[in-house]
Amino acid sequence: MNVTEFTIVAVAFAAVSVLGFWAHRWRRSSDVSLEQWALAGRGFRSWISWFVIGGDLYTAYTYVAVPALLFGAGAIGFYALPYVAIEYPLVFLIMIRFWSVSKTHGYVTAADFVRGRFGSPTLALAIAITGIVATMPYIALNLLGMQAVLTTIGIHGYWPLVIAFAVLAAFTFTSGVRAPAMISFVKDALVYLVIGVAIFYIPHRLGGWNHIFNAYDAHFKATPPGTASLLTSANQLQYITLALGSAFAIFLYPHAITGVITTRNRAVVKRTMAALPIYSFVLGLIALFGVMAIAGNIKPLIGPTGKPDTNTVVPNLFQHMFGSGFAGLAFAMIIIGALVPAAFMSIAAANLFTRNIYKEYIRRDATDREQATTSKVVSLLVKVGALLFILLINPQFSIDLQLLGGAIILQTLPSVMIGLYTRWLHRGALLAGWAAGMIVSIWTFYLTPNVATHVAHWGGTGFALSHLGLHTGTALYIGFIAVLVNLAVAFGGTALLKALKVAEGTDHTAAGDYFTDVADTRAPEPAVTAGA
Amino acid sequence: MTQVPHSQEPPPDLLTSARPGRKSDHSPWNWLLLIPIVLPLLVPIYNRWTPKLFGFPFFFWFQIMFTLLAAAVTAFVFVKTKQRS
Repeated sequence: MNVTEFTIVAVAFAAVSVLGFWAHRWRRSSDVSLEQWALAGRGFRSWISWFVIGGDLYTAYTYVAVPALLFGAGAIGFYALPYVAIEYPLVFLIMIRFWSVSKTHGYVTAADFVRGRFGSPTLALAIAITGIVATMPYIALNLLGMQAVLTTIGIHGYWPLVIAFAVLAAFTFTSGVRAPAMISFVKDALVYLVIGVAIFYIPHRLGGWNHIFNAYDAHFKATPPGTASLLTSANQLQYITLALGSAFAIFLYPHAITGVITTRNRAVVKRTMAALPIYSFVLGLIALFGVMAIAGNIKPLIGPTGKPDTNTVVPNLFQHMFGSGFAGLAFAMIIIGALVPAAFMSIAAANLFTRNIYKEYIRRDATDREQATTSKVVSLLVKVGALLFILLINPQFSIDLQLLGGAIILQTLPSVMIGLYTRWLHRGALLAGWAAGMIVSIWTFYLTPNVATHVAHWGGTGFALSHLGLHTGTALYIGFIAVLVNLAVAFGGTALLKALKVAEGTDHTAAGDYFTDVADTRAPEPAVTAGA
Repeated sequence: MTQVPHSQEPPPDLLTSARPGRKSDHSPWNWLLLIPIVLPLLVPIYNRWTPKLFGFPFFFWFQIMFTLLAAAVTAFVFVKTKQRS
């Protein structure tokens, strides 16, 4: 074990934990409510929001998995770049509508909105369950990101993860969303410091960018087809459907939605969306660590399961290139980078349970205080669940489930995103479309093998169209195929149900609700009191 | 069901529509957002090794530039539509 690195990581962890517990005093409110615990009273302003949403969306898993993908698969792994470049202009107009309607009606989750818009608790339940199922493995993967760092430091066994998650669970319980919000400042400062140094220093050590990319090119000339240093005719469509599908999916994830509605007004959302591509730029640089690892001849380390873990490529690169002091800082960045999104995700998943399952089906008259308590407790259970996922079940299961998670969360698009623009779609057809999309996601994912690891099923998200009897080598992102089927069923079904005059339910939102705004003044805090 | 149990209406004085009577996000400037959305999806434009920039193959540096394009266009649209929303 590298003592210096471990000490730096442990000290950094202790420091952010103190910050996490202290955060409940930040922008304090006397209210005990979900609005306060989960959304910090919807009061975050521009700069804070940029840190908060950036800290929320760019996870530790991203830092290790995106470069690992480029390291293992070549150009196709760079799809993360067009994905993170298009996501903000794509949702810029969509999310301000979501912000307004949530503000007007006090919605906390996407499923709250769907319930109000389509008057269907059942459709809302489907949306909520999808969100929870997609989020759980995502939390688990942040643990894997932490584990990759611990493996590199030379710590074996899972005990540090258990301690880290116990502390994380405790300060999320007491401070709610304020804890990850506060820690995101530390996280981002570390990210910009570490990446800013590494992006110049490592290429310098490796003999320059030219040399690095030539080594990358030579490496993939020697590997079997399917991986290449540029895109091939077979995987270009997969590349853009992955990018486009992921860009829509990210703002359907519960933690992203929670992040957006913690903001004070529409201008904050817009300003934040305009500034978030800065993180995308940094992610592009981070992805290149995968290329550097090839040039530096870095090998993946053996993880706790006894197999080589490609997630260790980036930590191992830092280990080889830097002294223990700076490597320790880089590892602290990844560990803290796991805490912030994991906290957001557990809060968001807990809210779905509280609002759309507990309050809807178990205790209809739950008070605001009771809802807050329920979410607090469930956020603990969610973290325990994610930990057990990693400890008891093969981690590969979490990875597979998270890949599937991106595809299934996309199946909430017609209800949530199209629902923000039109009430034309019928709740029954939306539910049928959702079900069809879920089935297609799972079925196409099942049929896809992983050539590299010789696994016949659940092997990847690029569905070969040859499965449908088409004579082509082209593959498409499974989520993309599924959402097309979903949309077809939703629109076709709506036409049918309208012709049959099936009851459409009540729309509790009005046209003006989608444009509600709050003044951008400094003066009084938003005095949104809990009325329910 | 006629009432949303979830709903909690904030005091009306805090909620404003920036321009009463004109409740809309519509603006011709919004169309500019299509540029940073569509450009990164046109693979044939950038799926090439040259011309290199500072040793970066075209495939890499050009796509990294898309993130800055997204920031620039989104910020521009925000500023141009500020008065309305």
